[in-house]
Amino acid sequence: MDTRKCECGHTNPIGTMLCESCGKPVDFRDTHDAQQQAFPDMRYEGMARRSQTYSRTIIDRIWNFFSSVKVAIYLIVITLIAAAVGTIFPQQIYIPVPVPTEADVANFYADTYGKLGEVYYLLGFHNLYSSWWFVLLLVMIGTSLVICSLDRIIPLYKALSKPRVNQHRSFLTGQRLFGETSSEAAVDTEAFMTKAAEQLGKKGYRIYREGDSLMAEKARFSRWGPYINHIGLILFLLGVLARNIPGFHLDQFVWVREGQTVAVPETPYYVKNENYQTVYWDENEMAQNLDLQGKVIPKTYRTDAILYLNKNADLPGAEPDLVEIQKGPIVVNHPMVYEDLALYQSGVREMELGALNFVLIDSKAGNKALGNLKLDLYSPQTEQQIGNVKVRVIEYFPDFIMGTDGKPATKSNQPQNPMFALEISADNGTKEKLVYLQGGFISDTENPRYALDIKMPDLIDITGLMVRKDKAVPFIYFGAFIFMVGVVMGSYWQHRRIWVHREDQRILMAGHTNKNWFGIRREMEHVIKALEIPILIQEKGKS
Amino acid sequence: MLITVSNWLLNAAFILYVISTIFFVVAVTGKRWSGRDPKEHERRFGGIAYTIAVLGFLAQAGYIVCRWIASGHSPTSNMFEFMAFFDFCIILAYLILYRIYRITALGAFVIPLGIIMLAYAYVFPKEVTPLIPALQSYWLHIHVTTAALGEGVLSVGFASGLMYLIRTVSQERATKSTRWLETVIAVVLMLIGFILMDSTYARLDQNTVFEMQQQQMDGAGQMKNVQVEYTLPAIVAPNGSTIIKEGPLTPIGEAPAWMEGKDAARKLNTMIWSVLSGLVLYGILRLILRKRIAAALQPSVSGIDPELLDEISYRAVAIGYPIFTLGALIFAMIWAEEAWGRFWGWDPKETWALIVWLFYSAYLHLRLSRGWIGTKSAWMSVIGFVIILITLVVVNLVIAGLHSYAGV
Ligand code: HEM
Repeated sequence: MDTRKCECGHTNPIGTMLCESCGKPVDFRDTHDAQQQAFPDMRYEGMARRSQTYSRTIIDRIWNFFSSVKVAIYLIVITLIAAAVGTIFPQQIYIPVPVPTEADVANFYADTYGKLGEVYYLLGFHNLYSSWWFVLLLVMIGTSLVICSLDRIIPLYKALSKPRVNQHRSFLTGQRLFGETSSEAAVDTEAFMTKAAEQLGKKGYRIYREGDSLMAEKARFSRWGPYINHIGLILFLLGVLARNIPGFHLDQFVWVREGQTVAVPETPYYVKNENYQTVYWDENEMAQNLDLQGKVIPKTYRTDAILYLNKNADLPGAEPDLVEIQKGPIVVNHPMVYEDLALYQSGVREMELGALNFVLIDSKAGNKALGNLKLDLYSPQTEQQIGNVKVRVIEYFPDFIMGTDGKPATKSNQPQNPMFALEISADNGTKEKLVYLQGGFISDTENPRYALDIKMPDLIDITGLMVRKDKAVPFIYFGAFIFMVGVVMGSYWQHRRIWVHREDQRILMAGHTNKNWFGIRREMEHVIKALEIPILIQEKGKS
Repeated sequence: MLITVSNWLLNAAFILYVISTIFFVVAVTGKRWSGRDPKEHERRFGGIAYTIAVLGFLAQAGYIVCRWIASGHSPTSNMFEFMAFFDFCIILAYLILYRIYRITALGAFVIPLGIIMLAYAYVFPKEVTPLIPALQSYWLHIHVTTAALGEGVLSVGFASGLMYLIRTVSQERATKSTRWLETVIAVVLMLIGFILMDSTYARLDQNTVFEMQQQQMDGAGQMKNVQVEYTLPAIVAPNGSTIIKEGPLTPIGEAPAWMEGKDAARKLNTMIWSVLSGLVLYGILRLILRKRIAAALQPSVSGIDPELLDEISYRAVAIGYPIFTLGALIFAMIWAEEAWGRFWGWDPKETWALIVWLFYSAYLHLRLSRGWIGTKSAWMSVIGFVIILITLVVVNLVIAGLHSYAGV
């Protein structure tokens, strides 16, 4: 390792700014950082940092790249611009119309936003935040955070843990805040220093004494702020990464009809929708009369749910054996939480067809009503007995369409357009077939004996529950918390050091802070006034 | 009843801020009036102006309390309430920073900024609306109030950054700096122009109504006739629309076809009017003053040490940044986790909060590690405020997202 010799004879490691032995600034003309040529930056009290020490191997170069604040700023600014570009047009997940296929997505951007939209789509900006290069940017910021912290933490620790009290004169005059008595000050050093210590102590400073020198220091801990906040950020980013670990993150959605119990995907749980309800604000609940023009404002979306655990979840093929584990309402902003599983109220289809209701009529008996027939649209009973008549469901298409091959088919399993083919057979030997579609009937018989009279169908609400599991969230919050602690430490306190030094009968006073010079200057001037010595504090770079 | 009181208090606050501004202007410009001791003059009038600003602040606090009690939720749930609250935070941040630095001229810049925000709030419907389910969470209130406070403090950073630039940019001859400074002032005037236009036409009842076919966004995707009503005279009509009620102007053209949403064309029309009226205001001011606006403002700050302005601006950012982080990002994440089951979703509003945050992070790094102080740092604080305004205004009104408050 190359070394560097100070006037005083001490040999310092390269990258050192102040002689480790006497504290005199080491000559800097050959550093790459123009800023530091004038007077050493006091951030690390002149301690050597790895990134300024080596630059030979590839690893050194990478290390230096990521430990550079300049690079960090570039990364931050590029991320910022990229993030802004991603909001020009909606991201794919926020497209307001259904786009089931990739072609629909492409069309959406082209049709809605013209040429610009097309380019936007082609460049992949419609999924910007999960694109490889955006993720890479975040990873690079993370890397930079780790390396820059490692690069600086030890020098900072060394610098902060053994402050030099007895500084070299050129160190003091080099400070941004400096002042000295113009002529010999006829004071007793010991008494003066004691008084100065007392005054500075009143301002909350910790005092270090050494011979004819005094150093007062305040809020040293705040220097750790940026490092703590960076560690918080690192933890945060690690938490975000952890969501990709299998089992850490679950994102599913289930529709549950009233009365229905369905399996919660990818979990051993089942959920039952006992009742769904939308409540609207009542006129006299409102603080002010609003002219809503007949509209209503929703107040709550609420599902009364029961969560079950399937004890047979591990036995393939076994019938589910459900035990109730939790019961209660799921309301927007108040998910049902069980261990790390959370169910969110997040959608509803109200007044959907649940069952069709009919009255069976015997036209040969003077249109006598024989009884009610209920066709459940989700799990139709195959056979029902009404009096001495048997009604059997031969075929059922919940969402009927005529297929291209001329055969009936169903578009989906949602009963949007139910079609039933029924067989009605009576004890008296009559056997008729009947097709129900869109509120009408077709019979296979010329003059059918039995007919169905349509009644009000059962309407049900189907609640949409979002199923989430995010084991990383507490970790992410923890990272955010650490970040806040660090930021507050670094922003609301400032590290201040004041040196008082007696040399050649003069009194020298210098001050240094990492930020907020106005405050430290005011404190120094206050102390000078209290000590009644003629020192005028000069601030460098100020006329 | 309480709502009437609260509205009354807010109006009072508005008027008090205006009076306070007048006193501030007298305090900083009247120093050279003959027969006066400049220091004593500034102290006296500055003191009066500050006291009136405090009274305005108290009136506005009263408005918030009354409205909160009357509605049962914090008054931050629609655009009117939010902008009024934002103004409140700006004034609060000013009062705190004034206590530390005691610069009279600061009020002459910050209070008008607050007035503009409050006036802007008045553009939106003022009714107390009940909360829809998504907004019924105390996290929402904590999130919005803290975020607004952070933004308020950062806005004071902008005001003093602007003061720094007015103080230091040489007005001897036209340079890039003077042009940009004039541009910033012109943009502020556009906001004022918009407020003036909108509040004038809202009273005149000169609406233009258009009708057009539009695809419904409900999944079925059917075409339906919709009506769009312009308060301001129409310069651009919605694409493919017909006028069903004539306004004071016949539209000159149509909005481009990609401006789809029901209100996109109306927003474009409003934007055009804002720019035009801002430029007209700027032109009038230039004619009256016969010099650059910044040059005219310069004497009001000429007595202040620029480094002090620089420090105030930085201090505001240093105080505002943690509050903003906590409110606009961390509380937002906690709430989003509770409401939507994800702490982050790249919704435009969230993304813009992140952009603001990244921007100020860059500011802090540049300042602390790369020595960007003074002019560069002042420009950064100006740009930062522009980004905040984009987040609060443009994203809410133009880029629709989960967070958009309905309304104008
Ligand atoms: C989004 C990412 C980042 C954020 C939000 C962030 C935030 C901060 C904050 C708030 C400070 C304190 C500033 C002040 O007290 O005025 C700071 C300081 C600092 N940051 Fe970052 N930072 C980020 C990334 C980085 C990266 C990648 C590096 C790597 C080079 C870095 C290096 C530094 C350094 C060297 C300081 C100064 C520490 C000191 O002198 O005490 N930062 N950062």
